[in-house]
Amino acid sequence: MKQLPVVFKRELASYFATPLAYVFIVIFLVLSGVFTFYLGSFFERGQADLASFFNFHPWLYLFLVPALAMRLWAEERKSGTIELLMTLPITRSEAVGGKFLAAWAFAGLALLLTFPMVLTVNFLGDPDNGAILTGYLGSWLLAGGYLAIGSCLSALAKNQVIAFILTVCVCFLFIVSGFPLVLDAFSGWAPQALVDAVASLSFLTRFEAISKGVLDLRDLLYFASLILAWLAATAVVLDLKKAD
Amino acid sequence: MIEIEKLTKRFAQHTVVDDLSFRVQPGEVLGFLGPNGAGKSTTMKMLTGFLAPTSGSARIFGFDIQRQTLQAQRQIGYLPEGAPCYGDMQVRGFLEFIAEVRGFRGAEKRSRVAKAVEQVELEAVLGQSIETLSKGFKRRVGLAQAILHDPRALILDEPTDGLDPNQKHQVRQLIQNLATDKIIIISTHILEEVAAVCSRAVVIAAGKLVADGTPFELESRSRYHQAVTLVGEAPLDEAALAALPGVAGVERNAREHSLTVLAQPGQVIFPHVSALVAARGWSIKEMDVERGRLDEVFRSLTRGEAA
Repeated sequence: MKQLPVVFKRELASYFATPLAYVFIVIFLVLSGVFTFYLGSFFERGQADLASFFNFHPWLYLFLVPALAMRLWAEERKSGTIELLMTLPITRSEAVGGKFLAAWAFAGLALLLTFPMVLTVNFLGDPDNGAILTGYLGSWLLAGGYLAIGSCLSALAKNQVIAFILTVCVCFLFIVSGFPLVLDAFSGWAPQALVDAVASLSFLTRFEAISKGVLDLRDLLYFASLILAWLAATAVVLDLKKAD
Repeated sequence: MIEIEKLTKRFAQHTVVDDLSFRVQPGEVLGFLGPNGAGKSTTMKMLTGFLAPTSGSARIFGFDIQRQTLQAQRQIGYLPEGAPCYGDMQVRGFLEFIAEVRGFRGAEKRSRVAKAVEQVELEAVLGQSIETLSKGFKRRVGLAQAILHDPRALILDEPTDGLDPNQKHQVRQLIQNLATDKIIIISTHILEEVAAVCSRAVVIAAGKLVADGTPFELESRSRYHQAVTLVGEAPLDEAALAALPGVAGVERNAREHSLTVLAQPGQVIFPHVSALVAARGWSIKEMDVERGRLDEVFRSLTRGEAA
């Protein structure tokens, strides 16, 4: 993993070489503000917490994170630089990990820039800052999960738009897998264990627990294993598809 | 040494590289020739570890590209077809990235980058982003990243494709300067390039090796090898020329009063022709001995006809 920081650094810098990074951050900040104050009724609730901020993150990320992830590999494949990258003396996991971590760090940076939210709620009341901290952690893990899915699908599709749409669809399935919409499709015929398994895949239930300040090791493990599994899938897909 | 043994690549039903074997020694500049779609790029992609062969193996200085991929790749500098680079990076940033991936840090990194930049003359565009560069500069950036770590094996896929004659000359000069102690494999379909820089030529067609030798040996497989072309003031006596010992035939050229006298394989006919010219007292404007026509050999080899 010696070369991972090199890949990471190049990838992170490439976000800022184009307007992409700035556009992404501005849209993210504006939308998260809109969701919190208008749809989330931040003031009307009269509570000193950031629930109305975090509650919308799974939906906000549903469209923003795939936009960040779609270029990860699709662009390398389209421009042919994947041939350069894969013939340099770096391992597959260094390349996949470095690029993923750069995107994740970038998402983390965008998230950190929402700090005025924390200042506001501290100014207005006396919130539980521990819960806010775990809320941020949960939100970042959620972004990581979306990004890992996007990384794999970006490796699968040469076209960035297709990568984007596929990622939105798969992420949507992961969000709603805890909802009756999906569970009803299983509950009629499948054993209860399978229904529970599908329900446990949901981002929403895990994320809600963490964002309320409940740090359960199982939830952390869920996100960690989800990310690792999708990154491993990315490496496999790359081996199969890189030459197309 | 690069050893390629029974290398085969099949995509679905289509065999792109078919049981290819050859070896390259340090100091050799190997021209890898073939028509478009013959499997040149695919072979290079397998040599550099980008594609896995269907069967067979390739070893770079003893490191198997499949099993010891990283060690093998450290020995190689590779310019992929079309010289892909990260377009949004600046030339300096890109080369520094490559240097870091190659394991250079600090002062050594800077000196490596500086040396590569000097070798391909990139000083003027160091601060520009790569996508704004002309094709020639982009190609040179690709070359710079390939030679930056002073690799023992240099694999260049069409290094002069799309360059103007001056830039082609520069790249060939560079290849010749680097050639002394390295293995250099260049793929090309430009025949003049082979004659200009290569010490050995390997011709493949439809994935199979059809010829392997020095450019001179290839030329001598041409039916024009040792042929004598005459341009006279007045019509020349074809029958007398055809009757000379060692002559395989006489061809009329498009130019007026011009004939090409073909030699039988292994025969030298120039003395006989020139003696006949002197004996008959023909007035001759031009008389050339041909070494052979590479393009003709190339055509006959890659179309599957005997040369």
